[in-house]
Amino acid sequence: MLRFLAGRFAVLIPTFLGVALVAFAFIRLLPGDPVMLMSGERVMSDERHAEIMKSLGYDKPLSIQFVDYLGDIVTGDLGNSVVTKRPILDDFFKLFPATLELSICAIFLAVFLGIPAGVLAAVRRGSWIDQSLMGTALVGYSMPIFWWGLLLIILFSGILQWTPVSGRISLMYYFPAHTGFMLIDSLLSGQPGAFKSALSHLILPTIVLCTIPLAVIARQTRSAMLEVLGEDYVRTARSKGLSPRRVIGVHALRNALIPVVTTIGLQVGVLLAGAILTETIFSWPGIGKWMVDAVFKRDYPVVQGGLLLIAGIIMIVNLAVDLLYGLINPRIRH
Amino acid sequence: MKNIRTLLATTVLATMLATTVQAKTLVYCSEGSPEGFDPGLYTAGTTFDASSRTVYNRLVEFKHGSTEIEPGLAESWTSSEDGTEYTFKLRAGVKFQTTEFFTPSRDFNADDVVFSFDRQLNAENPWNKYVEGGAYEYADGMGFPGLIKSVEKVDDLTVKFTLTRPEAPFMADLAMDFASVLSKEYADKLQADGNMAQMNQMPLGTGPFAFVAYQPDAVIRYKAHDGYWNGKENIDDLVFAITTDASVRVQKLKAGECHVTVYPNAADVDGLKADESLTVEQQEGLNVAYLAYNTTQAPFDKPEVRKALNMAVNKQAIIDAVFQGAASVAKNPIPPTMWSYNDAVEDDKYDPEAAKKMLEDAGVTGLKMKLWAMPVSRPYMLNARRAAEVMQADYAKVGVEAEIVTYEWAEYLKLSKDKARDGAVMLGWTGDNGDPDNFLDTLLGCDAVGGNNRAQWCNEEFDKLVKAAKTTSDMAERTRLYEEAQVVFKREAPWNTLDHSLVFVPVSKKVSGFVQDPLGYHRFDGVDISE
Repeated sequence: MLRFLAGRFAVLIPTFLGVALVAFAFIRLLPGDPVMLMSGERVMSDERHAEIMKSLGYDKPLSIQFVDYLGDIVTGDLGNSVVTKRPILDDFFKLFPATLELSICAIFLAVFLGIPAGVLAAVRRGSWIDQSLMGTALVGYSMPIFWWGLLLIILFSGILQWTPVSGRISLMYYFPAHTGFMLIDSLLSGQPGAFKSALSHLILPTIVLCTIPLAVIARQTRSAMLEVLGEDYVRTARSKGLSPRRVIGVHALRNALIPVVTTIGLQVGVLLAGAILTETIFSWPGIGKWMVDAVFKRDYPVVQGGLLLIAGIIMIVNLAVDLLYGLINPRIRH
Repeated sequence: MKNIRTLLATTVLATMLATTVQAKTLVYCSEGSPEGFDPGLYTAGTTFDASSRTVYNRLVEFKHGSTEIEPGLAESWTSSEDGTEYTFKLRAGVKFQTTEFFTPSRDFNADDVVFSFDRQLNAENPWNKYVEGGAYEYADGMGFPGLIKSVEKVDDLTVKFTLTRPEAPFMADLAMDFASVLSKEYADKLQADGNMAQMNQMPLGTGPFAFVAYQPDAVIRYKAHDGYWNGKENIDDLVFAITTDASVRVQKLKAGECHVTVYPNAADVDGLKADESLTVEQQEGLNVAYLAYNTTQAPFDKPEVRKALNMAVNKQAIIDAVFQGAASVAKNPIPPTMWSYNDAVEDDKYDPEAAKKMLEDAGVTGLKMKLWAMPVSRPYMLNARRAAEVMQADYAKVGVEAEIVTYEWAEYLKLSKDKARDGAVMLGWTGDNGDPDNFLDTLLGCDAVGGNNRAQWCNEEFDKLVKAAKTTSDMAERTRLYEEAQVVFKREAPWNTLDHSLVFVPVSKKVSGFVQDPLGYHRFDGVDISE
């Protein structure tokens, strides 16, 4: 197990370096620079432009900038945003809990609904239940997030007035952020109604964000289950006279879960991509919106730092999935 | 220990706020996050709404709903005969805000004014570069370092500005956001604590609202400034709910989650007007969209060719296609809400037949040209590509083949100012200070060729008029000069003036006293709300 872990860790380092290089190069490949974009239509003289670029260190050769940047990463300094001048780590850790809270809710909902739906579709293969579940999954998978979010807002917040339109909590509540997770902070605040308000603000964004992972998980579970249900050991279990529930729940599902767990792990990346749009529609102050703004403004340090932190998180999640994999299927450890 | 203190303070604050939920709170759904809270460092309206127009004051202010100047922190002022010295008498007894993070020990005085300008003009001032890569872009862009020779304290309540040359728009410049007055006492404390960056994160001024807290990308909270020199505001709390998507802002307003919002999609405006719980304020924006020919290149160097091309374009069709009617056809380079707008000027009439003939008379046949369209939506031109397509079709009718070109935004801005650039560039401008100089000289003056003057147009007659208007402070004379400059502009046609867009501000009927601002600010002083 230790060797397995060490091997996985050894891969992380070059991957991390690769991400650092890609993040560094990617934003600089785009035309324009932060200083020019901040001045907009107001033309800045070339001398003035050069002066500000120099004060930011962007006049140095790219190779030196990259080495400086790596040096900063090693010392844990990701720098300040060119636009807001605030430290990147501060902003990231202020905004990340919002994204994490939303993503956790979305992935829970996706797993909670997706696996049973997939199992049901597999067991009732070819029936109307199977066809309607998989049809719905296909629609969910193809749904443009922006349009879907707006549709839900107009229906549930506009016409029916069941849910709030956007934000994380009603503006009448104001309390310090101890954890950054609104559900927890609202409970800690002790203010009556705060938790309910936070929860109601989570409903629509969670539905929107979980739509695609839900569809993927349901379809993956269905196909994995179908494969497993045709295996000899399942037939043996059946012929031993075990109840269908036990055959499906214990013998089939456990083995079918291996590819499903991989899929769930991969959905973390999908969630972060989906969060960019979901956060924009629901004015959810998370890192998705923060990163997109930074790309548009060519805020080099934010794009670099943000990508690096996000990639780091995805790598850790994937590592966790690998470990979980080992727990479910001991053969993989060897 | 410090953490415990902070925790206690925030808990007390939270409890206070929780018990005062019945207080009058106005929620404004704003369109984006402020870049920071030091108005000297930035140029975006979103940032000014959140900092200079709420927390700060200036020596002189724009009258609410107008571009005229009125006394602010200065009660009165005099200028010398030659227009190079301005002496301001400051208002006595003006209080700075008392907040959780700072308690001022003295009233506003001349030291604050000197500090606020010196930090922007003097490279030796420790506040000149207090944030990494920070620069006083507006002060620099308005030419303040070259214009202001000195800012001196005469006594506690008197300040004297000495200029290097007479500059008529100077007073209007002083009402701009970058000229906001900060507290020197607060700055000194931050400097002593080694925490200068806080100036850009937790602002403190003399303005109508005191800053309480900012959650990035989510909410900004203010409370009414108790000791405000112009009287405490009617509302107790002001909240900016940052909502970047225009459709979502409209839904929030309709659901009662906010009271005022901005920049609705053109398609939503009719629905908002039909809503009985809302009023929709509308006003021509202080902006213009234009198509600038490169007047240094043949055949665009001939005024008659430029005029003919202007006459070939049906501008109303562009407005219908792009703005769904929510804009007006521009005939002058300055908008009609600006003083000295010359309404007597006649626009080049849409007449394809006459245009075709004029081109033939000028010896131009089979003209192929590039038509530059911006890749982004701007307040003065929501969809440049669509507008360019309308123009392309119009040009085809007079035998001109236009190729639409576009670049990524930063690249577009850079390439379009090049003197050797070909064809005609679509671009626009939103005014800074309501002074015609800010359009006419900034965009069309000879000094701006190769920069803001995208037409690369240097006309001696025009330039003389706008330069003369800059150096006289006689308003009647300035008006006359600018009116005449507009006549020259129309005759020479360096641009095809396209449109002035309408700006809509939907407001809940519970709100009273909200005045739309021609400069595009969103101000909440003087606003009240009924439950």
